[in-house]
Amino acid sequence: MPQFDPAFFAPQLFWLVLTFITLYFVMSTVALPKIGAVLDERQRKIDDNLDKAAQLKAEAEAAVAAYEKALAESRAHAQSVIKEASDRLAAEAETRNRELAARLADQVKAGEARIAEAKDKALANVRDVALDVAGATIARLVGSPADTARLEAAVAAALKEHGK
Amino acid sequence: MANPIEQFKIQPLVPLKVGSVDISFTNSAAMMVLSICLITLFLTLSVRSRALVPGRWQSMAEVFYEFIAGMLRENVGAEGRKYFPFIFSLFMFVLFGNLLGMIPIPVIGFTYTSHVIVTFAMALVVFVGVTAIGFARHGTHYLRMFFPHGAPIATAVILIPIELISYFSRPFSLAVRLFANMTVGHIILKVMGGFVVSLGAFYVIPGVVPFAFLSAITVLEFGIALLQAYVFTILSCIYLHDAIHMH
Repeated sequence: MPQFDPAFFAPQLFWLVLTFITLYFVMSTVALPKIGAVLDERQRKIDDNLDKAAQLKAEAEAAVAAYEKALAESRAHAQSVIKEASDRLAAEAETRNRELAARLADQVKAGEARIAEAKDKALANVRDVALDVAGATIARLVGSPADTARLEAAVAAALKEHGK
Repeated sequence: MANPIEQFKIQPLVPLKVGSVDISFTNSAAMMVLSICLITLFLTLSVRSRALVPGRWQSMAEVFYEFIAGMLRENVGAEGRKYFPFIFSLFMFVLFGNLLGMIPIPVIGFTYTSHVIVTFAMALVVFVGVTAIGFARHGTHYLRMFFPHGAPIATAVILIPIELISYFSRPFSLAVRLFANMTVGHIILKVMGGFVVSLGAFYVIPGVVPFAFLSAITVLEFGIALLQAYVFTILSCIYLHDAIHMH
């Protein structure tokens, strides 16, 4: 076998040493640092992105918390505003009701006074009408005008009798 | 049928001599030069774009890098970092030697890992290097390698020779494993190829059988090319681990 022929040992060893040392040199100074740098760069980028993502997540959570706090605050504020407004409206309605009731009572009183006045006037009219009717009736029946004083007394007595 | 041993023959392309030492540029040397050129081109051109999302070539270069870096990290640990370029070069050199040997290249086509002197030289570098690292880190305490802690003194008579033999057989097993695998694989391929030609020349049908077998063996040989490069490298890592951590 050619493998065991010592004549070929020297040239193979020489070229093996030469090529292997060259390869080692190229690998350790050029190729491996290059690939290593690419891998490190990628790892760094991934770590950076993860950090950034964590930071954004924290920010988002803070924003959500702030939003919820603002929401709760404004809800409480709205409640208080609503309560205040409804209290105020209730008070206003109360006073207005009271005013209205007072005005209505006044009007009722005035109305009653007017009614009484009208009644008195009507009663007075009734007396006059009765006097006229009675005078005319007597004049037709008797043929001569009635005595005014007696007629007035009779009408007053009749009115009194009817309780008017 | 061609002699299946002929493929291992060294053919000087440019005869050179320094003094009485023959350093001719042979087909073996040509393949070594070709393989280091291809390795360098592959690993530098593929990461030239330094893409954040790697393309196919860059992915492959990164896979090789991370594969060997992972192997070294798992087997040796953090102290193995500084031997990474050596282990990586070793792996790529053996791998490309094995794989390029599978390609029938005119004139220079050759498998330098099928030569025991090449594999032995590499194994010896690993062995001597590992031993030197062991003594440099542990001093004479490194000799405890040959006699485990806690073993009764009386067993030293048996244990020490066994440990010595197993330690010193490392470069031989490392070298012979790779050389024998490559040699035998290529002989089988050649013999099968011969069958295909000689049987197929007479009858088409009988030629198909060895051809199918040859195809299967070729696939297997590519697997072996990868596996043997892996085995050579991982054993080097394990020896390095022993030298650094002592069992």
